[in-house]
Amino acid sequence: MKFPLSWLKQYLDTSASVEELAAKLNAIGLEVEGIENPAEKLAGFRIAKVLTADKHPQADKLQVLTVDAGADINDGQPLQVVCGAPNARAGLVGVLGLPGAMVPANGMVLKVAAVRGVESNGMMCSTRELELGEDHARDLGGIIELPEDAPIGSPFADYHGADPVFDVAITPNRPDCMGVRGIARDLAAAGMGTMVPIDVTSIPGSFPCPVEIRTEDPDGCPAFYGRVIRGVKNGPSPVWMQARLKAAGQRPISALVDITNAVMLAHGRPAHVYDLAKLAGAVVARRAKNGESVVVLNGKTYELDGEMTVIADEAQVHDIAGIMGGEHSGCSLDTTDVLLEVAYFDPERIAETGRKLSLTSDARSRFERGVDPGFLDSGIDFITAMIIGVCGGEASEVIRAGSPPSQPKTVAYEPALAASLGGVAVAEVEQKRILAALGFAVGADWTVTVPTWRPDVDGAADIVEEVVRIHGLDNITSVPLPRANGVARPTATPSQKLERRLRRAAAARGNHEAVTWSFLPVPDADAFADGNGGVWTLSNPISEDMKAMRPSLLPGLLAAAKRNLDRGAAGVRLFEIGRRYLRGENGMSDERLSLAVVLAGEKSPRCWASGKAQQFDAFDAKAEVLALLAEAGAPVDNLQVMGEAGSQFHPGQSATLRLGPKNVLARFGMLHPAVLKQFDIDVPVASVELFLDAIPGRKGAASFARAQFAPPALQAVTRDFAFLVPVDLPAGDLVRAVRNGDKGNVVAARLFDDFRGQGVPEGQKSLAVEVTLQPGEKSYTDEEIGAISDRIIAALHKAGAKMRYTLVAESASFKLTGGEADLSVTPKD
Amino acid sequence: MDYAATGSQALARIAESGNLDALEALRIEFLGKQGSISGLLKTLGGMSADERQSEGPKIHALREDVSAALAAHKDALESAALEARLASESIDLSLPAPASPRGTIHPVSQVMDELAEIFADLGFAVATGPEIEDGWHNFTALNMPESHPARAMHDTFYFPDRNESGEEMLLRTHTSPVQIRTMLEQGAPLRIIAPGRVYRSDSDATHTPMFHQIEGLVIDKGIHLGHLKWTLETMLGAFFERDDIVLRLRPSYFPFTEPSVEVDTGYSFEGGRRVVGGSGDAPGHSWMELLGSGMVNRHVLAAGGLDPDEWQGFAFGVGVDRLAMLKYGMNDLRAFFDGDVRWLAHYGFSPLDVPTLSGGVGAGA
Repeated sequence: MKFPLSWLKQYLDTSASVEELAAKLNAIGLEVEGIENPAEKLAGFRIAKVLTADKHPQADKLQVLTVDAGADINDGQPLQVVCGAPNARAGLVGVLGLPGAMVPANGMVLKVAAVRGVESNGMMCSTRELELGEDHARDLGGIIELPEDAPIGSPFADYHGADPVFDVAITPNRPDCMGVRGIARDLAAAGMGTMVPIDVTSIPGSFPCPVEIRTEDPDGCPAFYGRVIRGVKNGPSPVWMQARLKAAGQRPISALVDITNAVMLAHGRPAHVYDLAKLAGAVVARRAKNGESVVVLNGKTYELDGEMTVIADEAQVHDIAGIMGGEHSGCSLDTTDVLLEVAYFDPERIAETGRKLSLTSDARSRFERGVDPGFLDSGIDFITAMIIGVCGGEASEVIRAGSPPSQPKTVAYEPALAASLGGVAVAEVEQKRILAALGFAVGADWTVTVPTWRPDVDGAADIVEEVVRIHGLDNITSVPLPRANGVARPTATPSQKLERRLRRAAAARGNHEAVTWSFLPVPDADAFADGNGGVWTLSNPISEDMKAMRPSLLPGLLAAAKRNLDRGAAGVRLFEIGRRYLRGENGMSDERLSLAVVLAGEKSPRCWASGKAQQFDAFDAKAEVLALLAEAGAPVDNLQVMGEAGSQFHPGQSATLRLGPKNVLARFGMLHPAVLKQFDIDVPVASVELFLDAIPGRKGAASFARAQFAPPALQAVTRDFAFLVPVDLPAGDLVRAVRNGDKGNVVAARLFDDFRGQGVPEGQKSLAVEVTLQPGEKSYTDEEIGAISDRIIAALHKAGAKMRYTLVAESASFKLTGGEADLSVTPKD
Repeated sequence: MDYAATGSQALARIAESGNLDALEALRIEFLGKQGSISGLLKTLGGMSADERQSEGPKIHALREDVSAALAAHKDALESAALEARLASESIDLSLPAPASPRGTIHPVSQVMDELAEIFADLGFAVATGPEIEDGWHNFTALNMPESHPARAMHDTFYFPDRNESGEEMLLRTHTSPVQIRTMLEQGAPLRIIAPGRVYRSDSDATHTPMFHQIEGLVIDKGIHLGHLKWTLETMLGAFFERDDIVLRLRPSYFPFTEPSVEVDTGYSFEGGRRVVGGSGDAPGHSWMELLGSGMVNRHVLAAGGLDPDEWQGFAFGVGVDRLAMLKYGMNDLRAFFDGDVRWLAHYGFSPLDVPTLSGGVGAGA
């Protein structure tokens, strides 16, 4: 809300400076967003009269002027000024910029200079140069022309009415401060002067209102007051009113329109004047009919529906109630008779209608906050007086259709609340003063009657706010929160601890944590949406790139990896912890915490020691997923490596990790080339996705003590086994079979070789496993070791493996155990 | 017998021997079972007691001299061989070692951890809630009924869906719905912070459609604005690790608080960057808007299932990204969400920078 100081001073008698007023406005909750002081901009510009104008000797388009700039300039002698304006002529009174003045439009500082060899002691200015607007009639390269009686030599700022303009942000709860008078009331209460009462004289009608006025929508329009004023003469509004409106950011239109705008800005009370000649029959507030439309003053046509209140006559809609008037019945310079409408519209309906139509207006911003229902009678008289004062004419009687909800509210208040809720003790007498100054009536028992212009106040807390904000929030002293005894207790939940731990684990493994958007382009989301009930898209996305909620963290990370690769990165390691958003039951959201890692391009660059650059592969993804699952406390040793990682992954180089056949804790592997193509990535990408919600939590009460450390008394023994198995047998199955072959003795089994080729039959592979056997009470005898080996081999036999040999690691001697032994194949270690 | 001559001859030959094999041959020649000096020792057996008395020590001395010379020369040869081997094994250690990748923690996560640490000390637990909310939790319960103008000002992202109660589904515009959920789940008294992603349909140089907020809520008996002011001063002082945080409270309006207070903090420019601290009215200082807060509106308490005549409290909401930028000096919010590894390496944190109260919650540059 913008207003000039002079306007404020019409309602506030104050000697406070602009700075003091601004500081107080901020302190009481009327945030000053800016102060524009035109006087500062116009310093050094004064009114001057052109005495003579002669052709410049060196230039056709220039003139050499002598200018009277006042007695204090050049000892009262005329100044010589070179001017290029076509309208510069002897006798013109205009605005002269003196040396040292800064031209507002371009920041140029004027100085005495020779223009084509002729000295110029200043510049005669145009409206454009002084930033006084573009609408000036003589702005075609011309300089300002002031009336002949403009005081020569005085500062132009004074003459122009250069008035500091405040720009104040009004919060949605303060309809009263959507008018200058309301702001003045707040300032007066806060000690910045005294309110100047307004003069509202009742204007009795001299004839019955010739138009029937009704409200058929008492919910949307509880009150519709109106009267006719006939015989008005519309034209430009008075200069002072135009100046105020311009300062407030409004464009002057005509006296009738300007008056309603001025009253709206002064009192927060919008009104509308219709050209009576354009109306036909009764004027009614009613709901719009579905499909009805109206062309309003912004020139656009709006389709209306049955939820919207309109003002219409028998022929058509003339006003989207409380938001914008219709073009057809708007006042023109030919208007002679008008219907003045002063109404009360339901704030909620105004807000809803405005939102539906995406139509904002000054009227809407006031009606939707709630205009003062107690200012209808005074308001209509006030506006009538102004119209008659400016445009002449004669007023009819007022028709009052319906009545506004002006029953005053009362609030039970206790002055002690200022301290117990507001945190500052304010003397009761001061509380009473503040409330009275704001228009509240305080009863003997502290029952507070709320003024009609404060629809926001409906409880004791609101009264506390009024008292405390006017008293000053600066007066609130900090009071420590009560503190529990002793050291602060831990507060993080298991899920929060898991998230923190995994985040730092993933970063410690060399990955950068990214935070990517929760929404994705639909194709990116679609590519990862399988099994999730389809992507969930926003109704009103900010752009096509931010339309679908991510069903996985991978697409966002892939897009980030792509950007990095495009910037020249050879290898990218990114991870993110966040939610993926799935469509739940019944429109509900199903948000699941997950962690994703994207490893793109080079794992290590070419190197003097290791040779060529190495690309990430599926085992890099497996290393990440297992390390992270271990940090998460998942039983890593019991997980099954299974397939079905999803269509986004390379079908032969990806897997899921499951705890039991159904519970998928993670998927990992190389991404499918088709996905990479979709994301325009031309390097291999290994990925991991951990479903943190699937990881079982720790069971039982947390304990700090670890199990007793009981290292075995006897040294463990290792034996190597090699088996021939079908190439498609997963090595993990073989290792598990080995481990389960003799659970009492086998404590570990580690696969160390996978050999195919010479010596191994077609369709088979040789897998070598190092088995660790742990003796209990006594060392193994050779026979015992042999028996254990036999049990393992027997178990493996069931799994379809054929024994090739065992290797006793310590002595490096081979022990043949089966007919299939083939010593020509040397195990690698 | 001239033992001395035998000795010096032997010592000379030992000194001349150039390798360990030759030296071993000499040891066998002198001291082996059939060795010449071993032979001399055997002659002692055939001597008279007097002869043995005079010759014995000489022979033993000869044997010991030779034995010592053999050992000394063996040591010398061995260390020469070792030196030669080491010399051949020397490598260029100015060559680069294998690189191990360095990962980082995103500033938003780091700052959330820092705030969790600070608030844990003040007795605040961390609460969470869904990001896809319904209209009741995001607006209605927070005293913003359907037609409330503030509701329209929230630039909300909507989904086409409605939940079972017919509430429209939307992306939460603030972390405040967590207030409602926590009150309903845990009752009072309550001290929580709720960090997380929030969404507004707004995008320009300083706004992104997604950003991070941290909500604070204290519900108890007798809580007032003075407690709010202290909590914010204490939190910001601990976060920026400064003793000179000065706050300016301005009345404002939020539907969910009454009274509502906007909080500014004093700052100055140092080296072209905003540095929080000092009064905004002090020379060279200004005020900057930092967060919104207030006493929880009684309608909100009631929506949270609490008796507003029994309980009261304060709430605040502050931008996490903003706090990160102010503390660690980033100037572009959009870069937070780009995943540029250069930016992450520059502004990200070591995983070992775990915020602790004893070590200071901030991580030095």
